[in-house]
Amino acid sequence: MYLKNRLFGATALAMIAATGVSAENLVIATVNNGDMIRMQGLTDDFTEKTGHTVEWVTLEENVLRQRVTTDITTKGGAFDIMTIGMYETPIWGANDWLVALDDLSADYDVDDILPAMRNGLSYDGTLYAAPFYGESSMVMYRTDLMAAAGLEMPESPTWDFIREAAAAMTDRDNDINGICLRGKAGWGEGGAFITVTANSFGARWFDEDWNAQFDQPEWKNALEFFVGMMAESGPPGYATNGFNENLSLFQQGKCGMWIDATVAASFVTNPNDSTVADSVGFALAPNTGLGKNANWLWAWALAIPAGTQKADAAKEFIEWATSKEYIELVAANEGWANVPPGARTSLYANPEYQKVPFAQKTLDSINAADPTNPTVKPVPYVGIQFVAIPEFAGIATEVSQEFSAVYAGQQSIDDALAKAQALTNDAMEAAGYR
Amino acid sequence: MARAVTTRRKILTTAVAWTIGLLIFFPIYWTILTSFKSEAQAINDPPLFFFFDWTLENYSVVQDRSDYMRFLWNSVILAGGSTIIGVLVGVPAAWSMAFVPSKRTKDILLWMLSTKMLPAVGVLYPISLLFVQFGLLDTRIGLIMVLMLINLPIIVWMLYTYFKEIPVDILEAARMDGASLRQEILFVLTPMAVPGIASTMLLNFILAWNEAFWTLNLTAANAGPLTAFIASYSSPEGLFFAKLSAASTMAIAPILILGWFSQKQLVRGLTFGAVK
Amino acid sequence: MATQHSRSAARLMMAPAVILLLGWMLVPLTMTLFFSFKKYLPMRGDSLERGLDWVGFANYTRFIGSSSFWPSVQSTLIIVGGVLVITVILGVLLAILLDQPFWGQGVVRILVIAPFFVMPTVSALVWKNMFMDPVNGILAHLWRFFGAEPVSWLSDASVQSIILIVSWQWLPFATLILLTAIQSLDSEQLEAAEMDGANPLARFFFIVLPHLSRAITIVILIQTIFLLSIFAEIFVTTGGSFGTRTLTYLIFQRVVDSQNIGLGSAGGVYAIILANIIAIFLMRIVGKNLDA
Repeated sequence: MYLKNRLFGATALAMIAATGVSAENLVIATVNNGDMIRMQGLTDDFTEKTGHTVEWVTLEENVLRQRVTTDITTKGGAFDIMTIGMYETPIWGANDWLVALDDLSADYDVDDILPAMRNGLSYDGTLYAAPFYGESSMVMYRTDLMAAAGLEMPESPTWDFIREAAAAMTDRDNDINGICLRGKAGWGEGGAFITVTANSFGARWFDEDWNAQFDQPEWKNALEFFVGMMAESGPPGYATNGFNENLSLFQQGKCGMWIDATVAASFVTNPNDSTVADSVGFALAPNTGLGKNANWLWAWALAIPAGTQKADAAKEFIEWATSKEYIELVAANEGWANVPPGARTSLYANPEYQKVPFAQKTLDSINAADPTNPTVKPVPYVGIQFVAIPEFAGIATEVSQEFSAVYAGQQSIDDALAKAQALTNDAMEAAGYR
Repeated sequence: MARAVTTRRKILTTAVAWTIGLLIFFPIYWTILTSFKSEAQAINDPPLFFFFDWTLENYSVVQDRSDYMRFLWNSVILAGGSTIIGVLVGVPAAWSMAFVPSKRTKDILLWMLSTKMLPAVGVLYPISLLFVQFGLLDTRIGLIMVLMLINLPIIVWMLYTYFKEIPVDILEAARMDGASLRQEILFVLTPMAVPGIASTMLLNFILAWNEAFWTLNLTAANAGPLTAFIASYSSPEGLFFAKLSAASTMAIAPILILGWFSQKQLVRGLTFGAVK
Repeated sequence: MATQHSRSAARLMMAPAVILLLGWMLVPLTMTLFFSFKKYLPMRGDSLERGLDWVGFANYTRFIGSSSFWPSVQSTLIIVGGVLVITVILGVLLAILLDQPFWGQGVVRILVIAPFFVMPTVSALVWKNMFMDPVNGILAHLWRFFGAEPVSWLSDASVQSIILIVSWQWLPFATLILLTAIQSLDSEQLEAAEMDGANPLARFFFIVLPHLSRAITIVILIQTIFLLSIFAEIFVTTGGSFGTRTLTYLIFQRVVDSQNIGLGSAGGVYAIILANIIAIFLMRIVGKNLDA
């Protein structure tokens, strides 16, 4: 350890001599997802290259969000880099709470970032956070069960086909559920899923005058369809299942289909964790023929809070972690299937990566998502599974709690929609929209 | 025990008591056991109770991901520091309440307890803003103060009920003999109060160790204790029961061991004046 | 008795504790009161430096007017009450049991108090995942073993599940206090009653229970203080859905999810009022029982 420190010290001194930047210790808040854990393991590479050291604060998603939000609004300055999402970035950027990433080096090739991700992480044309990985959502299904049911998955299925296939694959005696979907309360969990489902049924959160739209038939149709399908073919207790619960069900071979984040594709096809790794197929998220697929767009991104004294070092870290070289570093250590996906165009042009079974479908799904035009009818907001206004997280968490109570059979769809309508309008009034 | 107890009755009591004891302890036992399984064995149906391939892999994975010792050390410092300061502040207060009671003593005591009823989340912003203002964010001293203040009412109350039980006659005898206040405290009161102070410290150490709201919201890289450590394991991707169990075991083991060794102390001390 | 000298010395000795707690209570409380009359939406750029708009009682009426308010008060009372009832009843029974002579008393006592040492986050995580998970949880295995359909604990029996988890954590505390109280019971009195032919039930109701009343009051008082602010158990397990949104959790949602500090602060003031109503109620009982 002593020797290692000495070595780092020597490198750091060399760096000072070379660039005039002193070695800093960066504090980075991040989420405990697999790709970030991997990044933690590779930190030494960054330290060797730049001399800066890194201390990680790794937290579960909900705790992280609570922690970084409090820190940024109270100007706490506890972190030099924060891991935030596509929802927070434009809002925080608009408040001047983030350091603009408009002077990244030429080597970094900012134009290589997928346009959808870059738009979603910018405010007013300025990039405020660099995508570490990006995702959309798609259908993951068991090819063996699909074949046994005598069905064939189209490239872009309809919801009716999904429902029919789910019913055909369900085998309660053998603990196989035709379809596993998120029902867990929380705007980023079940709230996100029901919102994109509703989008594909022609629903929207708000009309052009910011009136809540839960009293419209589209929402009722979407919920009735979802609840009906899950009652026929979903797992028990799906009202508390989120991403992680469904992932582990799918990996254990207990789901015929799972519609969720594209990043899950690498987990379900990894033979170390998944018992069904060699029989997973992919398709675009379903639709109802109205022109919108039920898929979202999201990125976990690295941003620099405006208060930090170490903005330069922080930028060096962001350039390292979201670079093409980092992707190659992961590929060399862990294989191409495990590199952080969905951030860079060049990755999808790489012939090595094109061999990965889910690469093309991931890119297609990302390209099929349009945050500036998310719904069939016009809306005043940006964002697909979220509405990029500060009030949304609070509203959508409460709304999704009402919906989860429907999934658990504790209230009717009509009651839930009426409550959602009232509480949304109330919160929008409190925020001064109406 | 003066009552004659038949052997049959004793056997019956033993069986019932052990069954209930094991039932209550089972979640902890299961967590520790699962931490030595592989992820696949952890969710095996039927559950595996002993015959499986014991492995330490989960512990090494957890240790690789986070520096356990640093979190542990912070936990020790925060819980220990807040307990010591709390007792230093609490002993004089409790002493004066117990031996020089006034009409308002009881009101003050109940008022102190009522300060604990302020919901922490309601003052998240005020406290965060103050911490930022005074540069206390992510410092151990800031957290020690918060933990101390949270538990001070309990400390004062526990000590007070203890001191109340010390017979006043002895103190008066000492006073007759011309003992000064300092001597009175040092030579008469202290020896009699030590068991009470010890169990007070123990209880507060446990409470401070387990506090999970402020220790999470006011820390970053430096001062985070084991509650922050566990917050990064609550929902990893995929199968995680075994790793969660390993992290949980690591978080609770030190305090569990401490608690077991000092069990007698705790049992004697946790009366809060319940015994007359 | 106490001289003037010792009285002022006593005041001096009490001063640090009183001043510290006064500061700890007054400073945040004042700030909370201040915020509760302001429009404070940090996400919309409101901050102390820029000055906050005065909105009168708008936050108070909005907080209480929300459809979630009364259900949250109800959930709080149900959860706190449920845990109190369970821990006190089981605590008394356990204390009596542990007071009997049997082999391995020390070990069993350790087993029984162990849950008290487990941090709330960990116990919530363990219960939620390893016990209550409807597919892989050990309770689901048990239910299937007996041919029953596994229960979705955290959605179908959410309030009961929370009560179960919290009771598991607090039962040791109640048992310990009640056990020390029982041990101080005069055994001769019991024997005399036994001689007089009083059956065990009568002995329990006329001798043991009255003797324990003081200890029970103390258990209720201390636990209530801690239970009113339980948070981690709900945050980890249900996130406030399925009727488990307590007042504390509702405030959390207003402050953290909605980032409406003014509204959340008004909620905080309501929570303090509720806590004090309960406190006064408790003090009445305790005050009688606790001739401090």
